[in-house]
Amino acid sequence: MTPAVAAVPVSAAGKAPAADLLFEDVVREGATWSHVLKRGTALRITDTLGGANVGALFYNWENTAERYNMPDTLKAQHIARLTRGFVLYSDMGRVLCSITDDTVGWHDPLSGCANATMARAKYGLAAYQDARNEYVKNAYDGFVIELAKYGMTARDLPAPVNFFSRVVVNEAGGMRFVSGHSQAGDAVELRAEMNVLVILNTCQHPLDPNPRYEPKPVALSVRRVPPPGPDDPCRTSRPENERGFTLTERYFL
Amino acid sequence: MLTESTLDPATAVYDATVLAGEPWIHEIRAGQTLRILDLEGNQAADTLFYNAHDYEDRYSAQDTIRDQGNIYLTTGSRLQSLKGHTLLTITADTCGRHDTLGGACATESNMVRYALETRHMHACRQSFVKAIAGWGRGLDKRDIGHNINFFMNVPVTPEGRLTFEDGVSAPGKYVEMRAEMDVLALVSNCPQLNNPCNAYNPTPVRVLIWD
Repeated sequence: MTPAVAAVPVSAAGKAPAADLLFEDVVREGATWSHVLKRGTALRITDTLGGANVGALFYNWENTAERYNMPDTLKAQHIARLTRGFVLYSDMGRVLCSITDDTVGWHDPLSGCANATMARAKYGLAAYQDARNEYVKNAYDGFVIELAKYGMTARDLPAPVNFFSRVVVNEAGGMRFVSGHSQAGDAVELRAEMNVLVILNTCQHPLDPNPRYEPKPVALSVRRVPPPGPDDPCRTSRPENERGFTLTERYFL
Repeated sequence: MLTESTLDPATAVYDATVLAGEPWIHEIRAGQTLRILDLEGNQAADTLFYNAHDYEDRYSAQDTIRDQGNIYLTTGSRLQSLKGHTLLTITADTCGRHDTLGGACATESNMVRYALETRHMHACRQSFVKAIAGWGRGLDKRDIGHNINFFMNVPVTPEGRLTFEDGVSAPGKYVEMRAEMDVLALVSNCPQLNNPCNAYNPTPVRVLIWD
């Protein structure tokens, strides 16, 4: 049931020059991970096996009342998907992270996360007593447990991003999950524009029609990156983002 | 889906007008019906709901749209909470479509969207924070989640673009919802002057409650 963790070293793929690499890690299937991603570093997430989903939350580490805001991110950039060139806005008009690289082309900001009731209805009950660490987990519980470690609760849970997943909306508003979207080796890179508490969870997307509990692992690498220049593609992609970067830079002056 | 209500405003137990730029905070008991009426047309009513007995269990835009498989709210939409409860169900709607992806305007998001010089301008999240500060009982900015924009039209295209279209509302249009549990309602009658969500002319809304 558990896929072998294909620990492809990201540095070997030529994406992270060894001199800048700070560390690598793996988020196992169905697991939760957190880290304070420092301004001036970037996190690369690689879908090692294909078909991964990574629920993600972002907070200003210095004041976690400031956090990723889905509507502000969408309306500032007139988007209902995320990919390279777009940024993740906090509710305070600042850029938490920029998406500086992406081989997938579409990440879902709309669909939220599944909770225990939904996971049990879909996958059945596989308790730890019997299944050990392959017990059926869900992203909501994973997030709430991780938030508690930073003094937060469910009230601090906004809409997460679901990286590597695609949900399209038709003209009548209907939502449809696109299966087989992310392939083995696909990756997305997030450059921290602030010191950002990042919480990741690798449970399946809540609209994934797969009836089996088959979450996938992802590989992570964190490296040092240069600050965004005046011609940075995320800054220049929209006039709104020019202002967002200005407000973010003022915060550090 | 367009559906009219049979409720008579003369029998409402509560009837108030909320001026543009003002918040409204009020408890609605299980079984009561809330109507929000767009008096002059094209007015956005930014709305949040909380489980009245557990504020952490608040309206969740993402759970609501995912559970119904559709991003627009209308008659039949069950307004879901973060912890999986149905807070209210929309029972009548003469507008036909309401948004829950566009969020509420804020001083800070206005600076990003329009100009750094808009910092002084009034915004919905100013009203939300002011209202919950007055309400107290432990609510603070962390409890301001992603809201409903009644009477707003924010289509998503199949290519993944978010667009702001002219309002589908008009004078006298309303939306009505039945509380499935005791809820706290928080409305900001939107003061936005920088985009067409209020037709550049914010106007009053009327709120009515029936037992």
